[in-house]
Amino acid sequence: MPKRKLTRERLNAMRLEAKTLLAANTREVLVCAGTGCIAGGSLNIYDAVKKLCEDKGLKTRVSLKQEDNGGNALHFKKTGCHGFCEMGPLLQIEPDGILYTHVKVEDAEEIVERTIMKGEVIDRLLYTLDGKSYAKDSEIPFYKLQKRLVLENCGYTDAEDLTEYIARDGYVAFEKALFEMTDEGICKEILDSGLRGRGGAGFPMGRKWDSVRKQPKGKKYVVCNGDEGDPGAFMDRSIMEGNPHSIIEGMLIAALAAGSDEGYIYVRAEYPLAVDRLRTAIDKAEKLGLLGDNIMGTGFSFHLHINRGAGAFVCGEGSALTASIEGKRGMPRVKPPRTVEHGLWGQPTVLNNVETYANVPLIIRKGSEWFRSIGTEKSSGTKAFALTGNVVNTGLIEVPMGTTLREIIFDIGGGIKDGKKFKAVQIGGPAGGCLTEEHLDMPLDFDSLKSVGAIIGSGGLVVMDEDTCMVETARFFMSFTQNESCGKCVPCREGTKRMLEILTRIVNNEGTMDDLALLESLSATISEASLCGLGQAACNPVISTLKYFRDEYLAHVVDKHCPHCNGRKVQLVIDPSLCRGCGKCRKNCPMEAISGEIRQPHTIDTEKCIKCGACWSNCPFGAIREE
Amino acid sequence: MGKQDVLKRVEEIVDSYGCRREALIAIMQDIQNEYKYLSTEALELVANKLGVGVAKVYSVATFYENFSLEAKGKYIVKVCCGTACHVRKSQPIYDGLREYLGLTGKQKTSSDAMFTLETVACLGACGLSPVMTVNDEVHPKMTPESAIELLEELRAKEGANHAEA
Repeated sequence: MPKRKLTRERLNAMRLEAKTLLAANTREVLVCAGTGCIAGGSLNIYDAVKKLCEDKGLKTRVSLKQEDNGGNALHFKKTGCHGFCEMGPLLQIEPDGILYTHVKVEDAEEIVERTIMKGEVIDRLLYTLDGKSYAKDSEIPFYKLQKRLVLENCGYTDAEDLTEYIARDGYVAFEKALFEMTDEGICKEILDSGLRGRGGAGFPMGRKWDSVRKQPKGKKYVVCNGDEGDPGAFMDRSIMEGNPHSIIEGMLIAALAAGSDEGYIYVRAEYPLAVDRLRTAIDKAEKLGLLGDNIMGTGFSFHLHINRGAGAFVCGEGSALTASIEGKRGMPRVKPPRTVEHGLWGQPTVLNNVETYANVPLIIRKGSEWFRSIGTEKSSGTKAFALTGNVVNTGLIEVPMGTTLREIIFDIGGGIKDGKKFKAVQIGGPAGGCLTEEHLDMPLDFDSLKSVGAIIGSGGLVVMDEDTCMVETARFFMSFTQNESCGKCVPCREGTKRMLEILTRIVNNEGTMDDLALLESLSATISEASLCGLGQAACNPVISTLKYFRDEYLAHVVDKHCPHCNGRKVQLVIDPSLCRGCGKCRKNCPMEAISGEIRQPHTIDTEKCIKCGACWSNCPFGAIREE
Repeated sequence: MGKQDVLKRVEEIVDSYGCRREALIAIMQDIQNEYKYLSTEALELVANKLGVGVAKVYSVATFYENFSLEAKGKYIVKVCCGTACHVRKSQPIYDGLREYLGLTGKQKTSSDAMFTLETVACLGACGLSPVMTVNDEVHPKMTPESAIELLEELRAKEGANHAEA
């Protein structure tokens, strides 16, 4: 059968039909198929529940198609990441909104018999907090306090179902941009929205797009940076896995604005599922006629390719990324010229990250005014954060820009694991800095973070509790950066090596005060003189820990003993059989921790004792020992 | 599989990309996917077919962490050492496995060629930390004990297969 050419009318008719089908969907069983839940066995749960339903004669279907059993069947979906990874595997039943957590294959039978067939809620599978169990996901504090725009579809829709994306107003923005807007108009709308790059630096998108648009006519490229390498960050992965069409749509709009006909998505090799989902999405969009030549008869053409990374963190940097797409070593080059003038294969290139593109369809569809109403004045919209580390609810969240750390960590994140005390949060990965208790009420946006020496970066938030040694953390980040330094420029290649040596020395309690001064001056040089962002930001964790946690460096350097790394010092006790009760230790104790009658054995109050050893060195009888 | 068969397959892979030079990374990824490492012969053939120097191919192969120029074990074990896993104690897992496999110095593959132990910078499965993967299958919330147990199971399975054969 010859394929019918896609036209605007046909797309609209399809959307109408898809919407009707979606509205007729009476019940849905959603199983999270993000990397996290799959690792927990969610696909087996999906198979088990679906098979049981079929065995019991229930009609099921797996996509939004008429021929697929009609509207009153149970719609089974493998969805993108729900974000609540700590509670996975997750299974949700719509439209009731019942969310089951930590589901096992053995629970399948009960879920089918009680919940799906009788509509009962199984209490033991619900999320509980402080003795209260929550039947609906929308009531759980973790979700209730979020504002999920970019991640809205993740968790509710089948990432591989293009029809469902279209039913949920997918490609409406592209259609609007294609038929109703000029290239200049698109750039202006994006500029007015105040959208800033979600990949790190926070550059205004509209300006970037407009610069490419103004370049002389000719070959131009649109590139998506999905090389999310920051350890502790996985929002881009979740968008690629859970809502791949939003990225394609964003890139199509960028191509219209910039005058490009070819694009690339560069995905980390460690994200095989994201590559699969994107590939499927591109195939389906091509088949329908949303990608390819002469799209909907307008003369606009756009071809999209996927490139897999090969494990080089530095390829997250723009010029290194384009070099890697060209099949070369991924090393950054001197700028200017900027990527907007001289990008992929020397041509003007729009390069944005995944989350940035995913915001674009929302802005075009709902307008810049709407987008500006969210977030703060200078940082509009929302930001997705990956909340990890020593926090109760690890997972993926999305909040308006300007939300405070306290709200994120304590209200959404549920506080610190095991009832410990909050110490710091590393924001922005190895290029970022740490924020401490004093910053808990600071609004998180591009500018306020910059003012305290941190960056939003791609949005990793790694929470650290009171037991974490910040010097060791700084050493950890330095070892990461040193390992990932591409070796092109001397300050980064040699500098990070020396920094790591010094930090390792300090962690091993072999450092000196001179080392601290050396760290500071080296940091300044490396930040100033490195070629690309990797080197320029490499020392941020050291600079910020030196600023906020200098006492921990001093513990390593001066005391040669870090309570976090080396454990508590041993207890000092007085052996009553050797003590003659002379009182010398009592008089020498700076903490007045020793008590006892003269000529009677003395005792040490371990609560007050700071293990300084003054008693030990003054005891004439050797009665004080470590225990 | 003989060396000639391997080289024939390599040739097919390069051809499938139309001998385009910019596809070098994708070509090497496909080769490694099938043979788990890049042999000298394979790299020379790739260079030859693409019409670039062997040095250029070698420079790209050594730049990226994912390429290996050495043969690997049957099971590739990767322990995540990303930040989230690190703060939830992934290092002891790596150390424990190294000791269990008897690896010393720069050695990464166990002497029976069964396991290759590597680290990975972040799998993006931070919610399940600490994680490790065995041939790309993700295993969540590991401890040094459970990691060793997993490897022992695999070893027992291999032993059983071997006995059957």
